[in-house]
Amino acid sequence: MIPAPFAYRRAGSADEALSLLAELGDEAKLLAGGQSLLPLMKLRLATPETLIDVRRIAELSYVREDGDTVAIGALTRHADLHANDVAGRAVPMLAHVAGLVGDPQIRHRGTIGGSCAHADPSADLPTALLAMNASFVLRGPSGERTVPATEFFTGFLETVLEPDEMLVEVRVPKSPGGWAYQKFTRRAIDWATVAVAVQRSDGATGVALANMGATPLRAAAVESALSSGSSAADAAAHADEGTEPGSDVTASAEYRRHLARVLTERALAEASSR
Amino acid sequence: MKVSLTVNGQRREADVEDRTLLIHFLRDQLDLTGANVGCDTTSCGACTVLVDGESVKSCTVLTASADGSDITTIEGLSPAGQLDHPVQKAFREKHGLQCGFCTPGMVMAAISLLEENPHPTEEEVRSGLEGNLCRCTGYHNIVAAVLSAAEAGK
Repeated sequence: MIPAPFAYRRAGSADEALSLLAELGDEAKLLAGGQSLLPLMKLRLATPETLIDVRRIAELSYVREDGDTVAIGALTRHADLHANDVAGRAVPMLAHVAGLVGDPQIRHRGTIGGSCAHADPSADLPTALLAMNASFVLRGPSGERTVPATEFFTGFLETVLEPDEMLVEVRVPKSPGGWAYQKFTRRAIDWATVAVAVQRSDGATGVALANMGATPLRAAAVESALSSGSSAADAAAHADEGTEPGSDVTASAEYRRHLARVLTERALAEASSR
Repeated sequence: MKVSLTVNGQRREADVEDRTLLIHFLRDQLDLTGANVGCDTTSCGACTVLVDGESVKSCTVLTASADGSDITTIEGLSPAGQLDHPVQKAFREKHGLQCGFCTPGMVMAAISLLEENPHPTEEEVRSGLEGNLCRCTGYHNIVAAVLSAAEAGK
């Protein structure tokens, strides 16, 4: 299988990528690691006219502390995030989850920005970032704006990114509290059938679900049950409330609802013990 | 577009279509047919090669994107055909293959794994090879071969 014909352009800097986007508009797509986009193009489910290769923009690959936040360049690869000391210490769930994406070969290529901009509802990093109250820095022709993860994902493979914008940084509050990531797959390398991310912090617990709807979702009913004093088991029983999981060859919607409740209970227990 | 890569230590210049995938460039233009096209969907790992020393699935990398990189394929491990790379020897000694189709990818994935983690546990070998499928299900001896190569490298 080969992709439909397209024109390949390479950007050496974020500014160059933005001016190419301004010139080419929504006929162009940014190519980072390509581990989600190229498979879709090979299946001809995506047929961009132009790919703008941003993979080598070194200025967008970093993990650094910035006060109470960890700032992660959009082109940081999963393998690098997983092995990063700052991430391991200050945002341990994220470093852990980066090591669960795909397989080693995919983690050598794929990037956090690529995964988030692709916005697959079953993806691991977006789900973890949602539970951790992360935000995304988007750069466009008129400057930068910062969008919370709760507002970034708008639909299946859709985000608030405008055609002339690029995701340049992911900002994650330092999260030393208990956490857990429960991912259910039929085979090791599969996308999550369902996954649950739990991040505890002072006074609140963030709970997010993968593959329970068109976007990664906050389990709002679980969070409010916890904040009003429910036990973990009682709160987890609400995990599928307000979700719209799909049915496919991997699992029925009903089974996904069951998984969401069971995995949430396990994740809450694990987060409390960590 | 014109690309210039180092493949198995040799400088290679070529003119490729923008959409040419690395696996097709290696197999069809350079006649390096060791890396296989298996699933063609980034799952099976039969097409695994090293790009700048790290394992990647060459069915999911554009040749244009690999321009300037240093590529190693299974052919590059023992250019004289002796099959004497330590990981190749370990696969032979431990019978880490049955039909052999997944083997080039398994060997390259194992080399990348041992580069990052020279002394893995059995569990780390198993998770480190999770991007490579063996449809003969011969995993037991593949894992034994990688552990044996790690032991020999001590």
